[in-house]
Amino acid sequence: MSLNRREFLGRSAALTTASLLPYAAYAADTIKLGSVLDTSGIFDAYGKPMDQAMRLALKQINDTGGLLDRQVELMAYDTQSDMALYSQYAQQLTRQDQVDVVHGGILSASREAIRQTMRKSNTLYFYNVQYEGGVCDRNIFVTGVTPAQQVAVLVPYAMKKSGPKVHILAADYNYGQITARWIKKFVEDNGGEVVGTDFFPLDVSDFGSTVTKIQQTAPDLVVAPLVGGAHLSFFRQWAAAGMKDRIPLASTTMGVGNEHKVLTLEEGNGIMVAYNYSQELDTEANKVFKDQWQAEYGDTTSIHELAVSTYQGILLWAEGVRQAGSVEHDAVVEALETGISIDGPAGMVTLDPQTHHATLDVHIMEVENQGMTVIETLPQIAPVDTQAVCNLQENPDDNQQYEIQI
Amino acid sequence: MDLSFVILVEVLYAIASLVLISAGLAVVFGMMKVINLAHGEFMMMGGYATITAVNLGMNVFVAMLLIAPLVVGLIGLVVERLVIRRLYGRLVDTMLATWGLSLMFIGLATMIFGNTTTGISTPITGFTVGDYQINGYNFFIIVVSIVLVLCMLAVLKGTRAGLIARGTMQRSDMAAALGYSPDRIYMATFFCGSALSGLAGAVLAPLVGLVPTSGGAYIAKAFITVIAGGPSLIAGLVSSATSFGLVSQIFTFTISPVIGEVALLVAAVIVLRLMPQGITGRFFKGKL
Repeated sequence: MSLNRREFLGRSAALTTASLLPYAAYAADTIKLGSVLDTSGIFDAYGKPMDQAMRLALKQINDTGGLLDRQVELMAYDTQSDMALYSQYAQQLTRQDQVDVVHGGILSASREAIRQTMRKSNTLYFYNVQYEGGVCDRNIFVTGVTPAQQVAVLVPYAMKKSGPKVHILAADYNYGQITARWIKKFVEDNGGEVVGTDFFPLDVSDFGSTVTKIQQTAPDLVVAPLVGGAHLSFFRQWAAAGMKDRIPLASTTMGVGNEHKVLTLEEGNGIMVAYNYSQELDTEANKVFKDQWQAEYGDTTSIHELAVSTYQGILLWAEGVRQAGSVEHDAVVEALETGISIDGPAGMVTLDPQTHHATLDVHIMEVENQGMTVIETLPQIAPVDTQAVCNLQENPDDNQQYEIQI
Repeated sequence: MDLSFVILVEVLYAIASLVLISAGLAVVFGMMKVINLAHGEFMMMGGYATITAVNLGMNVFVAMLLIAPLVVGLIGLVVERLVIRRLYGRLVDTMLATWGLSLMFIGLATMIFGNTTTGISTPITGFTVGDYQINGYNFFIIVVSIVLVLCMLAVLKGTRAGLIARGTMQRSDMAAALGYSPDRIYMATFFCGSALSGLAGAVLAPLVGLVPTSGGAYIAKAFITVIAGGPSLIAGLVSSATSFGLVSQIFTFTISPVIGEVALLVAAVIVLRLMPQGITGRFFKGKL
């Protein structure tokens, strides 16, 4: 068969129109959810399970009839652990895809890259990650824990178990700096003393001299908000020096991306942590969630705090849409500001109208055999750090990330 | 007393690890004048080779000291045959090519091993000195780097092969006139350099968590050490590693680890300002 140019153009035009028609008809009555996550590149250990959790939540929503009798359509972009792509895809989601809500962003830098674009285009934005706190913007909802939520719970427990003298080792960027300040505050509030604080750039992986320095200050407890793969070496070198049985460790970050599954038993066992979620949570909701995950992906080992946070973020948004009876921006924000709450795999999550951050259960846990054993559950901890600086009820036009002075 | 002993061990360890991470580069860059920007990735591959071998049930020391250098050496051999040998004497071109190689290795490692941090625990337990605990593995690294330097010295100075290699690097036309094949000698030397990088990565692997991008952390320190060392291969390596290790540890202990890293870089700038030809350009002239 031979085609001349005119015929070819005619046919392809017809084909294109035909293929677009059902799509256009379909797209018109779906709710569009945009997602920007690093599902490849160096942050994929965080991003991949988050993406899986999001797809699982959407599948469940769609299988049970969707939202407002409409199906939810996912527009997902992989930012490949490249900051520049965050701005690009954020623009694409708001301008071209015209989504109704955006969930995503992992690092604080990526969140700030997206946040202003979303605000300008008046697109509702959910950030579902543990972070350093302080973001005050009526357009964003945050469903992860902030430093004060964890530290307020973890420090008193760890001090009770060890003693009053604390040495802090933190990652040298805003998360570590701010968290270190909160640790200092709660150590002092509980009658303790910080005997040393050290900050490490993210690529430092040699902690030999640090181990010696810590022994010079002779603390009862080491609290370590260290971040990333290089910093994981600290836990390894600490154990290799035989320090683990002498001075206990607590951390606000170890395990968020399932890091505790990389450490051997003798390196990890006994490290104290506090999170909203762990796979070992013995609740009915968690069991159901893990079964659903298993049915969808065949294997639950990759589930971590950030994934569950994402899952709960989607549920909260869906609940907001249901209560608003619309996906219209202002209506949904108002519905979410009524103190809305959902029961997620990690327990009840409530949105705080004042800060748009989540009030949630925090569990004190200890690493045991590459899992986290729950020691104690503290229900409904409020994001006190952000509440100290941010009040969206009084200043709805506020738009900045406060650095919380303590 | 206990503390000064512990600090002495830490200083020696810092020097030893600088010697270790720079040894491969000293051969490839110092001797062969090939700017190998993939040096860090050679180390990273040494680490992965060790971890893989250990996970397959191999003894950890055999994996570190034998398997990893061999594997990385062979990868280096392939790289030399396919890329580097076409670019001898073209500094900028080798730089670009090896940078590309480093990106490729990172990509390959990500495809094979994924992006999560992996690692093995240190095979030597810590021990007590008075009130202090020391990581026993530090001693292992110190011993390995001393043995390494002695071996390099013995091979380069004591054996015919070392003499031929040194001669070829200085005047390859003369070596060729004497009946040796510069092509083969370059190939063998690059193999040795890569194997040394692999060894360094392997020995350091149990101390640090490994990700495909780990190599980046070493490359700057390795180049600084080799460049500041100057023209003499071993004397340069040892003297600059000693100065930088000492400086960085003094500042680490008196101020903080971050200042220690900064002090290392500042020391490098000062050394190169005062001695543009490197330490062995002024002292230890003519030494190996």
